[in-house]
Amino acid sequence: MTRVIRYIFNDILRTRFILFYTGFLLVSTFALFQLDSDFGKVVLSLMNIVLMVVPLVSVVFTTIHFFSSYEFIELMLAQPINRKVIFLSEYMAVASSLCMAYIIGVGIPFIMFGAGQNVISLLLTGIFLTLVFVSLAFLSSVLTRDKSKAIGIALLFWFYFSLIYDGLLLWIIYSFSDYPLDKITLSLIALNPVDLARIIMLLQLDISALMGYTGAFYKNFFGSSMGVLFSSSTLFLWAMIPLLLALRIFNNKDL
Amino acid sequence: MILINDLSKKFGRLTVLDQVNLKMNAGKSYALVGPNGSGKTTLIKCVLGMVKPSSGSIEFKGQDIENEWKYREQIGYMPQIGRYPENMKIGELVDMMKNIRREVTSVDEELIDSFKLYKIYDKKMHTLSGGTRQKVSASLAFLFHAPVLILDEPTAGLDPISVEILKEKILHERRMGKLMIITSHILSDLDELSTEMVYIFEGKIQYNNSIEALKKETNETKLNKAVTTLIRQKELLNSITEQV
Repeated sequence: MTRVIRYIFNDILRTRFILFYTGFLLVSTFALFQLDSDFGKVVLSLMNIVLMVVPLVSVVFTTIHFFSSYEFIELMLAQPINRKVIFLSEYMAVASSLCMAYIIGVGIPFIMFGAGQNVISLLLTGIFLTLVFVSLAFLSSVLTRDKSKAIGIALLFWFYFSLIYDGLLLWIIYSFSDYPLDKITLSLIALNPVDLARIIMLLQLDISALMGYTGAFYKNFFGSSMGVLFSSSTLFLWAMIPLLLALRIFNNKDL
Repeated sequence: MILINDLSKKFGRLTVLDQVNLKMNAGKSYALVGPNGSGKTTLIKCVLGMVKPSSGSIEFKGQDIENEWKYREQIGYMPQIGRYPENMKIGELVDMMKNIRREVTSVDEELIDSFKLYKIYDKKMHTLSGGTRQKVSASLAFLFHAPVLILDEPTAGLDPISVEILKEKILHERRMGKLMIITSHILSDLDELSTEMVYIFEGKIQYNNSIEALKKETNETKLNKAVTTLIRQKELLNSITEQV
């Protein structure tokens, strides 16, 4: 498995996209530190960038990579290598290089300016988001043979979770505002990895007080060790379920 | 050595392989013949596990190959259209293949030498012509002393000298007792290279016997004549049965 991963890694590094991504994150983090000296505010602005950019980059890069390494996958399939090994190597190489870029791009400025406790949760949620959206992109890549269709499906995932879902959620909350919705919104949030990541981050920043009663309720839930366990395991499931589904489809796919 | 039982493959509504039964033994060389789109490549890809059959099974040395991968150690495969990572150099590609099959200690680089591929080792794959690509595919197929060789249109696009080199190599390997499966449209090549003849038409095996027997049946001395006579006979039979 490590042999296969090594070759995929080399291939990824050769395209230099990962370097641009690292550079972009580095520059934007540094820039935010220059604009503001307040640690919490930097994390907050960075969070907004991370929640949009990380899923988008993960999704687009993964689908493009998958289809450009189609020849490699074909070549490997005629060799004495398990299909699962080929697929999981692809996943691990892509996910780990994106995660590395993120850790370096966001982590280094924070270490230089002095890291706080909430940096770790910013890094962790970013990594989780990367894993989730790489899984979703792999799923859309194995669903179709057409590259542009796969990128379309993958972008649709991003659109849905970043924009459309929030709109739907707001609509539900407004239409049923006469009813107690705490628990329902809580469970609805678990259905969207981006929202989940956002709430984990917000609660770390102690601005949940601004969110009124709901904020207090979330703080109560997500702040507890149970809540941390719940949110991280939900994010984990969000990464695992699409991946396993994609693995299953790939295993029975004609190439 | 390879046993194919009732193998069918459908792509959507299109039936590419229809209840194929075939037995292939070591030491023999099988010519897989049929018009374009008759299912030859699909059959080969099923044996390699790249295409999953809709029904039926394939046994390799008595073992079902479904979800197996280890048996591919014993297969050298030359694809019809060699698709390789485009930004890799030839040398890197050969090294990668050796590295992936690190268990094989002695490699057979005869074809790399005779095609003089080492001279263009630092050429990138996307700069190669179709013929050079074929040479790379052929060299990789023979690299690991595999006891089963599957060659999908090996001589297509090669220059006359390279065709002779490749044919020599195939004959040499056949004499060493390997199982060969060769598809080609150039029947005169198959006349030299193969001993058995499998004719596929519309996903069904229409003929499966030795080339000697085919020549006797059709009273021809050359394989290309024999095959065209066979096809004409089949067409005639079909038209008669349709009329009835």
